Amino acid sequence: MGLAGFEVEVQRHENGGLATEDMTLSMGPQHPSTHGVLRFVVRADGEVMKEAIPDIGYLHRSIEKIAEKVGWHGFMPYTDRVDYVAAMPCNQGWAMAGERLGNIEVPKRGEYCRVIATEFSRIHSHLLSVGSMAMDIGAYTPFTHAIREREYINDLLEELCGSRLTFHYMRIGGVGWDLPPGWRDKSLAFIKRFEPLVDEFNDLISYNKIYTERLANVAVITPEDAVDFNLVGPNLRGSGIKYDVRKDEPYSVYPELDFDVPVGRGEMGAVGDCFDRYIVRMREMKESCRIIRQCLAQIPSGPVIAKVARNFKPPAGDCYIRLESARGDMGWYVVSDGTSFPYRCKIRTGSFSAISIIQKLSRNLMIADLIAVIASLDLVAPEIDR
Amino acid sequence: MARPERFGRGSRLNANEIHARLRARFGDAIGDLAGARRDNFCATVAPASIADVCRFAKDDPELAFDCLSNLSGVDYPKRGVIEIVYNLYSYRHRHLFALKVGAPRDNPVVPTVSCVWAHADWQEREAFDLLGVTFTDHPDLRRILMPEDWPGHPLRKDFVEPEEYHGISTSRESLLKA
Repeated sequence: MGLAGFEVEVQRHENGGLATEDMTLSMGPQHPSTHGVLRFVVRADGEVMKEAIPDIGYLHRSIEKIAEKVGWHGFMPYTDRVDYVAAMPCNQGWAMAGERLGNIEVPKRGEYCRVIATEFSRIHSHLLSVGSMAMDIGAYTPFTHAIREREYINDLLEELCGSRLTFHYMRIGGVGWDLPPGWRDKSLAFIKRFEPLVDEFNDLISYNKIYTERLANVAVITPEDAVDFNLVGPNLRGSGIKYDVRKDEPYSVYPELDFDVPVGRGEMGAVGDCFDRYIVRMREMKESCRIIRQCLAQIPSGPVIAKVARNFKPPAGDCYIRLESARGDMGWYVVSDGTSFPYRCKIRTGSFSAISIIQKLSRNLMIADLIAVIASLDLVAPEIDR
Repeated sequence: MARPERFGRGSRLNANEIHARLRARFGDAIGDLAGARRDNFCATVAPASIADVCRFAKDDPELAFDCLSNLSGVDYPKRGVIEIVYNLYSYRHRHLFALKVGAPRDNPVVPTVSCVWAHADWQEREAFDLLGVTFTDHPDLRRILMPEDWPGHPLRKDFVEPEEYHGISTSRESLLKA
């Protein structure tokens, strides 16, 4: 068989039927639905995949190596770039690591500011996730609604810290700035407006027949697999496991706040399908609104940052910080050797484990469903590659 | 509905109990308990027995470390070892513990634990890529983040960045110089 003379030798099965060959497709690294630069090598028989092998590393910026070179305070802006869709939790993870090693207590008001900022960041990230998920499935309008709301949060966060995406708001010991005057009322006004819009978004797309048919029973992840592959956050809860670091390994001021942890209930199909992972995010946005409202009501007065030496040298030792970022349990293994430079910083992110399960999930899935799987796992490429 | 009782109705062990349980089963292969806080309690493990220890830690009903939360490699040139740190977590009992394996720096070879937790597969590939640790019996030990032809392992402390990669310079003149 060859193109040269266009002679085609037809392969036949023993039973006389036409034989088919597997097709290898390269999806990405530049592909509109891959949420960043990542690539899949898809082996498919027609429309049905035999497997999709993720190929990552296109956005590797050696952030962990940079940490060893720039010092404790200097690394904070780089943490924004670990996951630029939800940068606040990354800020917080690094700050918490420094505080744990250096035995620093953050003032109460600083902790509240952190939680408010982080929860806004969570809504902001989930909006992008659910909006682009609808767009990947083929519904463009919901995306514009989600982005419109996201812009308001960008405005709020810009007023808080001067930046719309890579915030650099937190510091080891607290946060950079207190809430600006009038910000509290603006935030409350936004939440008041936003909460009904979540329901509107649900009416618009979440229970749309075409949409749910595309998601229900697709790529079901059992709870055992979810734990085995270390899926975290909404992906883990989508599989029916009620686990949230904010509740189960509480940190910061979360023990003082009242909120629920939504889990997948298999409303449209099996527990742990794409729809469950999606709807968990929708519900989490409302919970985040609840948290922000409580924080704004309870926030005490006082300083927002503890006194930390400019040349910060935490005593030698290691720590493993876990916190709930927008993509779930984020792990920071940080080693200090007592100098002003971190000795080692390993960041274990939610997307890294989420993408590794795709090879297993993709077996016997339609190629078009791979798009739904990527979107439902909320993969963010910079977070995978760091 | 999933079976939630498998993930969180057990009893949390403290670090001493976890360590004692591992010691009782593996004896001298488990080092002394170290660490001062819940997040850094750890014990060293002899490299050759790490896979068995992890298998036991996962299967033992009292320990039930069903999740490998994190795996990191740390290079210690002064001690001549690369330390692999396994942060284990149990969703069933909600306890946390770390195991540390020191592999000789000139020939770091550690048995894989990817047969115990699926998550270890990619984490070990990352440690192989960035620190050059070889995990024996790993099903697919390839570079994961760096290009396949990248020289050396960047997270080693003595790594020297190559001046160029395929004709692309890795440095540039400072714009601030007069």
